[in-house]
Amino acid sequence: MEIATSLLHGFAVALAPANIFWCFVGCFLGTVVGILPGLGPAATIAMLLPLTYNMNPAGGIIMLCGIYYGAKYGGSTTSILLNMPGESSSVVTCIDGYQMARRGRAGPALGIAAIASFIAGTFGVIALTLIAPPVAAFALSFSAPEYFALMCLGLSLVVLLAGSSLIKALLSMLLGLWLASIGTDLFTAQARFTFGQASLLGGVDFMLVAIGVFAIAEVLSSIEAGEEAQLLPVPSGLRNLLPSLEELKACRFAFLNGSVTGFLLGVLPGAGATIASFISYGIEKAVSRHPEKFGTGVPEGVAAPEGANNADTGGALVPLLTLGIPGGSSTAILLSALIIWGVRPGPLMMQESPDVFWGLVASMYIGNVILLLLNLPLVPLFAQILRVPVYILYPGILGISVVGAYSVSGRLFDIALLAGFGLLGWLMGKLKYPAAPLILGFVLGGAMERALRQSLTMSQGDMSLFLSRPLSACMLALAVLLLLSPLAGRVNRWRVRAVTENG
Amino acid sequence: MGKALWRDGDVISGAVLSALGLYIFLQAQQWNYTGPDGPGPGFFPTWYGLGIVALSLVMVGHKIRKGALAQEGAIDWRAAGRGLGTWAAFTVSVALYKPLGFTVSFALLTCFIVAVIFRRPLLTALLTAVGIAAAFHLTFAVALDVALPTGVLGF
Repeated sequence: MEIATSLLHGFAVALAPANIFWCFVGCFLGTVVGILPGLGPAATIAMLLPLTYNMNPAGGIIMLCGIYYGAKYGGSTTSILLNMPGESSSVVTCIDGYQMARRGRAGPALGIAAIASFIAGTFGVIALTLIAPPVAAFALSFSAPEYFALMCLGLSLVVLLAGSSLIKALLSMLLGLWLASIGTDLFTAQARFTFGQASLLGGVDFMLVAIGVFAIAEVLSSIEAGEEAQLLPVPSGLRNLLPSLEELKACRFAFLNGSVTGFLLGVLPGAGATIASFISYGIEKAVSRHPEKFGTGVPEGVAAPEGANNADTGGALVPLLTLGIPGGSSTAILLSALIIWGVRPGPLMMQESPDVFWGLVASMYIGNVILLLLNLPLVPLFAQILRVPVYILYPGILGISVVGAYSVSGRLFDIALLAGFGLLGWLMGKLKYPAAPLILGFVLGGAMERALRQSLTMSQGDMSLFLSRPLSACMLALAVLLLLSPLAGRVNRWRVRAVTENG
Repeated sequence: MGKALWRDGDVISGAVLSALGLYIFLQAQQWNYTGPDGPGPGFFPTWYGLGIVALSLVMVGHKIRKGALAQEGAIDWRAAGRGLGTWAAFTVSVALYKPLGFTVSFALLTCFIVAVIFRRPLLTALLTAVGIAAAFHLTFAVALDVALPTGVLGF
C-alpha cells in the first residue's frame, strides 16, 4: 500500500509537463546514441552532465536515465540493419536480427526488438518498484564496516566480469582509487598527489575522467577502426514493422526469459546488459524446440536479448538507488550526477528525496511507452542518422566534450586533463584494460576510504572488526571467494567466455 | 624474443604501472600512516600503491614466463596512427585555445580531421570546419550563453 502511494506521488512528479519533456528528451537522445555505433550512453551522459547542473534534480535524473535506457532500445536498429551493434548490449541481436533483415524481414525484426524492449523494460521497472523499498529498509542496518565490505563486494564483482584478465581489471580499479585520492584529504587537510598544482587541491573532477575515458577515447577508437558498413533497406510504414501473429507467439517465452534474466543480472554489479543478453540468448536456444535454426533469423533470437538488455536497467538501479553502489559505468555517472545535485543515493533516499526517487521510477514507466512510440513508427527516420558522415560526427563529439568539461570550471587546465584522460582511455582500450573498474574505483574511492577509516577509528585500528560483524564478514568472504574463483579452471573458462562475448 | 618482449603492451604498461605504484607508495610514506583518531592520509594509498606494484609485477612476470608467445600481446602502433594523430591534433588545438580561442582552434581541428585523417577534399574540410565551428559558437556561446575559451580575437 505504501509503495502504491509513493508510486502515485512519483507519477505526480513525472507527469509534470517539464519532467515529461525531459523524459522525452532523454529517450530521444538515448535512441539516437543507441543507433550511433561508437557513442555509448556512458559517454553521452558524461558529456551532457555539466549542462544539467542548474536543472531540477528530478528533471535532470529523469533525462539522464532516459538516455541510459533509451540507448538500449536504439542499439538494436544498427544491429538489425547494419550487422554492427550500436551498443555492446545489442551484439547478440546481430546474430538473428541481421539474418531476418537479409531475408526481407527487417521491419518485423525491428518491431519485435521494440516490443520485447517495452515488455521487459516495464517488467524491470515493476520489479524495481517492488524490490527497492525492502532492500533499502534492510540496508538501514548498515554501518561503516558493512558499507566498506559492500563496496569491496561490488568492486570485486565488477573486476571479475570486466575483462578476460583479472589482473588488468584489478589494476584498472586501483588506478581509479588513486585518481580519487588526488586532492585534499578531508580528514586531515593533507594535500595528496597534487604535484604542486593548486588546481588539483580540490581533486580531479569526475566529469573530466568520465568524458575523457569514454567520449574522447571512443572517438579515437572509432576513428582508428574506420569501419564503414552498408545499411540494409529501411522498411517504412507501421504495418511493415509489425511482426506476424506466429512470430509474436514464437516469442512468448523469449519475452519472459529476457525480462527475468535481464533483471536478475542487472542487480549484480558488473554483470551488465551485455552478459544478460548473451545468457538469455543461450537460455532461449537451450529450451527451443529448434535450436539448430538459431543464427538463421528466428524472432526469438531477437526478442530474448533485446528484452534482457532492457530489463537490466531496472535491476541496475536497485543497488544504485538503495545502496549507493553502481554496477557499471553508466550507473557510476548517474551516481555522481545525483551527488552533484545534493541527492544522496542509499537507504534513506526514499525518505530524503522522494521526488527524485519515485519521480524517476514513475518516469521509467512513461519512458518505456515513449520509447515504444518512438521506436516503432519512427525507426525509418532514426535510421537516417546513420547516414550522417562520421567526419562530421566525430569532431562534433570532441567539441561537445570540450564545451561540457570547460563549462564546469572554466579552466583550461581541466581541458588539458581531459585530453590526458582521453589518451588514457584510448590506451586502456588498446591494451585491453577494462574502463568500468577504473570509473567505479574513482566513484567509490572516496567513500570507500572514508568507510575504511571510520571503521578503523571505531575499532581503534583493529582489523578484526570487519570479521566480527556477521554482515561485513559474509560480504568480505564473498568478495575474496569471487576474486579467487578464477583459480578454479571451470569457473574461469565460464568467466572468460562471458567477458569475451561481452567485449 | 627479448626485443619483441619489450614491445609488448603488457610489459610496457606493467613497467609503467609498477613505477606509478612505487611512486604512490613512496609518497604515502611521507604522510601519517596512523594518527590519534585512527588511520591517517597515508594509510589507504600505502596499500593500493603496494597492490599496483605487486599486480603489475605479476603481470610482467607472467608475460616474461610466456616468452615466445609474447608477440600475441604486441600492439600494431602503425595501425594506431589515426587514433594517435587525432589525439595529437586535439591536444594541439587545446594548447591553441589561449591565443586563438575555442571557435578558431576547433575549426582548425575539424579541418585537420576531415582533410588528413578522413582524406576528404580540402574544400569539403574547410566547409565542414567553418560550418561546425559556427554552429558551436551560435548554439553555445550565443544562444545558451555557455562560456567558451576566448582568444585574442575576443571569441
